[in-house]
Amino acid sequence: MNTTAQLLQIENLVLHFRTEKGSVQAVDDVNFELDFNRAVVILGESGCGKTSLSKALLRLLPRNVDRYSGKVFLQGMDVMSLEDEEFRQNIRWVEMSLVPQAAMNALNPVLKVGDQVAEPVMIHLGLSKTESLGLVYKMFQHVGVPADFVHRYPFELSGGMRQRVALAMALVTSPSLIVLDEPTSALDLLTQANIMNVLKRIKHELGTSFILITHDIATSSELADEVAIMYAGQIVETGDASDFFPAPLHPYSQMLMASVPRLRSDSDPIFITGQPPSLMNPPAGCRFAARCPYRFEKCAEEPPVFQKGKRKVKCWLHQ
Amino acid sequence: MSFKVRQPAETLLSIRDLRVWYELRRFGFGHAGYVKAVDGVSFDLDEGETVAVVGESGCGKSSLMKTILALNVPTSGGLVFEGKNLADLKGNDLRDYRFGIGYVQQDPYGALPPFMTVRQILEEPLIISGVKDKIERLERIHKTMSEVKLHPVDDFLQKFPHMLSGGQQQRVVIARAMILDPKMIVADEPVSMLDASVRVEILKLLRALQEKHRLSVIYITHDLSTVKYFSARIFVMYAGSLVEKAETRRLLDNPLHPYTSALLAATSDPDARNADTFKEVPPGEPPSLVNPPKGCRFHPRCAKAITGLCDEKEPIDFEPEPGHFAACWLYQPE
Repeated sequence: MNTTAQLLQIENLVLHFRTEKGSVQAVDDVNFELDFNRAVVILGESGCGKTSLSKALLRLLPRNVDRYSGKVFLQGMDVMSLEDEEFRQNIRWVEMSLVPQAAMNALNPVLKVGDQVAEPVMIHLGLSKTESLGLVYKMFQHVGVPADFVHRYPFELSGGMRQRVALAMALVTSPSLIVLDEPTSALDLLTQANIMNVLKRIKHELGTSFILITHDIATSSELADEVAIMYAGQIVETGDASDFFPAPLHPYSQMLMASVPRLRSDSDPIFITGQPPSLMNPPAGCRFAARCPYRFEKCAEEPPVFQKGKRKVKCWLHQ
Repeated sequence: MSFKVRQPAETLLSIRDLRVWYELRRFGFGHAGYVKAVDGVSFDLDEGETVAVVGESGCGKSSLMKTILALNVPTSGGLVFEGKNLADLKGNDLRDYRFGIGYVQQDPYGALPPFMTVRQILEEPLIISGVKDKIERLERIHKTMSEVKLHPVDDFLQKFPHMLSGGQQQRVVIARAMILDPKMIVADEPVSMLDASVRVEILKLLRALQEKHRLSVIYITHDLSTVKYFSARIFVMYAGSLVEKAETRRLLDNPLHPYTSALLAATSDPDARNADTFKEVPPGEPPSLVNPPKGCRFHPRCAKAITGLCDEKEPIDFEPEPGHFAACWLYQPE
């Protein structure tokens, strides 16, 4: 494996689903990169293809896949060219793992949480149960779950604790990348803040990289080094969080940021009129054009990605 | 210092020392204690006033709301709406009481029957409330739907809930709550299931309806950042009781109760600098409502707890500033 390469490079990733009415272009030509020990936040409205992107990365695909193509390099290795079995053995949960949406409700109710967290270690690293449980204790410490919870069942744990267990399960094989799909959306405010603290600490202590998929812009800023804005299956803007949050470039990003109610400012939030286009038959040209206040003739053509310093934006305004 | 002296005639809803306890049974019979979901809540709500009830899940917000909607029977305490005591209402009077309060549910998709069209959904409350004339019913449906901006009305009438977007579904829910011209709306997390871009739209719609019809609104939420766009006063609820009550600006600028401060500190605004710091969060989790801690229910998690006082005696409402109440021993007058 080439260690000088970036952790993750995604090139022209495409995932379309087949339905009765036609092909749904859930992920359409997505490109981005992520370095070691960095966190990128993928922000977008529901139905913009965020979750499909996480599925495409981990190759957890449903049966009705219409088109699945592109290149994903993980530490320089092209993982898209691997066979399914090779991918399962060497990539999923070894190099990258997933905390699925509503992970706290995804735990097996009839298994003790310690045994559930130990399972990926036994399968992927081939350790014995005792050795695996040793790792589980260590991971529980990192995510802030008391060690004696190993012998408890999921129903004996609160939502926040179960979310930490799901996080421990993703971390226990020491992957270099973790994909988090809406890790805090079903949790209470104080629990949310706790989980974000845990994620920050893991990033400092273990050097893990994160892809955080969410629609909660305010909470996502707690972890983000980089931001990617997704709209109608495409990534329309990427950049460092320190550049993005003060001054987003794409009109959609600007309106999305302006729609966030803020506690510490008196600015009046706005809303974006209209609805995102159907992914079944997305409009030609810029997909945001119908809702965009700045649209002009050029927008009938699909904009390429323009580079502005370290930032990238898919909009004709920044030509 | 100026503050409004409340006229008794203006008060729409008055709640005194309300308790809602659910009995726990052992093996289906035999008493095993109570879940004290609402334990000693008192407040007044004026006509045309909006208040927000803020608290985490399990703090008793929903039990309080259901009691106001007359879906729960209170264990003790009084609830007076428009001068009538809820406990005395029976039959048609109770039905009329329910007609006076609209309910906006949290999950619009779950709250709308999937097999009924928008027209049927909105017509049903009118039929039940005794509007016999079909044309009048249709007129009222048209009027309410244009108020919630479901344009063009005729296109939406024959649609089923699954054909609508989340924002449109929530508009139908609001229209259903408004169709009987209620005096008061109870909105239970009306925007928490919606996307960020739609959230503000729905909040502004509720606000416009509130102003136009001078509605009283109880807005139940856990999101403090949306509260100031909507409510004149905030009540903070923790483990079954209201720990702080104040005008919105005052509470956000100068939170008194340590729990309120913790909630405000945990609320993020989008800012890249957030990633460099850890948030301060009180340790532990909200207590069990079956066996809440003695004294102040927040004391095991509170950094400012006074040993011998907070863990012994339950605090009463202190009023360190006029109109700003905090149930916390820190504000006990000398």
